[in-house]
Amino acid sequence: MRIFDPHIHMTSRTTDDYQRMAEAGVRAVVEPAFWLGQPRTNPGSFTDYFDSIIGWEPFRASQFGIRHHATIALNPKEANDPRCRPVLDLLPRYLAKDGVVAVGEIGYDSMTPAEDEVFSAQLALALDHDLPALVHTPHRDKARGTQRSLDVIKESGIDPGRVALDHLNEVTVDAARDAGVWVGFSIYPDTKMSPDRMVEILRKYGTERVLVNSAADWGKSDPLLTVRTAEAMLAAGFTAEDVDRVLWRNPVDFYSQSGRLDLSDVDGAEATFAGNSILRGGS
Amino acid sequence: MTTLDDLRAELGGNERLAADLLRVTGEPGAVAGLFPAAGRRYGRDPLGDGWATDEAARALLLAAVPPEQVGDIYRHGDTAEKLAVLKALPLLPIGPSAVPLLEDALRTNDTRLVAAALGPYSDHLDQEAWRQAVLKCVFMGVPLKDVHRLAERADAPLGAMLRAFAAERHAAGRDMPPDALALLDQLKEA
Repeated sequence: MRIFDPHIHMTSRTTDDYQRMAEAGVRAVVEPAFWLGQPRTNPGSFTDYFDSIIGWEPFRASQFGIRHHATIALNPKEANDPRCRPVLDLLPRYLAKDGVVAVGEIGYDSMTPAEDEVFSAQLALALDHDLPALVHTPHRDKARGTQRSLDVIKESGIDPGRVALDHLNEVTVDAARDAGVWVGFSIYPDTKMSPDRMVEILRKYGTERVLVNSAADWGKSDPLLTVRTAEAMLAAGFTAEDVDRVLWRNPVDFYSQSGRLDLSDVDGAEATFAGNSILRGGS
Repeated sequence: MTTLDDLRAELGGNERLAADLLRVTGEPGAVAGLFPAAGRRYGRDPLGDGWATDEAARALLLAAVPPEQVGDIYRHGDTAEKLAVLKALPLLPIGPSAVPLLEDALRTNDTRLVAAALGPYSDHLDQEAWRQAVLKCVFMGVPLKDVHRLAERADAPLGAMLRAFAAERHAAGRDMPPDALALLDQLKEA
């Protein structure tokens, strides 16, 4: 079994996690830029963090044979602090990097006017840099936040096939599917989604344009819940082919739209997708 | 040693690069977007003499902008960009002004950056910093063959540092890398 975790915050995890992930079949991860629990108060704090997720963290991952890419953005929570707003002007330099495969996490936290502005501005950056977008849905007032996110996405003119709407659940999945975006689910120990609930969603909606991630970070979370979901799929009668689609090929397809996904040093990835021009494609 | 002219000759047929170099000469700010995209824009094929197309193109981009911009490009670079800057330093007309970039690379814990900091430009590192850098290579397992002018610059104080390190390794029941032992041997004879 090979696993691609399309959303995990490895800077918050230990080498023990990398070891266990590698042993369980995780071969590729994408680390979206987000907040750090402790709010930041100046742009320099962001650039050091961005440098870390395009520099040190890929090196750390490589020690365990795991390929690491990143997404870069000003997250919605910190978009509300005027001291952090100048980060928007620093983003183009980072969005030009080889290891950056999307703009993200963007979206809403509390649905403030500041979040509106920063969300729209960053969807425009995704269009400018020919990158897909990873959109977070809020934890509070989720259904309304999801609908409003879909409205902003539609208004921006970005192709919905280049957008992943993340942290969805049974209540918010229909609106997202109807809008044609990729639907992302974060599997958590207690909150968000569980492996068994995820299996039910896959039964009902199928495996197309679905992304399953652990979203593991500094909170109570588990980087192996992608693997547990794969096991739950097999136990429920899904085939190994279905598992590979959801937990490998789907994230590969989504992020290859950047033209920058490079899995050439990850065993087995190239053979299956030869001819599909996923490796260092684009210009 | 490879020169900028060698790299220009190698990449002479790359029209996209030629156009970008012309653009950067008139508009140095454009390098911020072009430098990170070098692999995607100009290719990554090996050129021989240890250079790849993207690295060589990055060296030419650095040569096309005012020297005071080199530090900024390094500061905002990802690892591959930083490695390309470090590799290009000895080819650029910048004197010892880029030593802080080597010091930055030597502060990291990335073996590739540490090794790259000890190329030919490390001639500008003072002896004390250079010894610490060599010892760091031994500590991190960076092969000493990558250290420029190692045999020439290795001195008695470095020998003392290596002997102390070997004693620590011995106490812990761990081996010294063979290249470090060979260097110790050489220093004993000196």
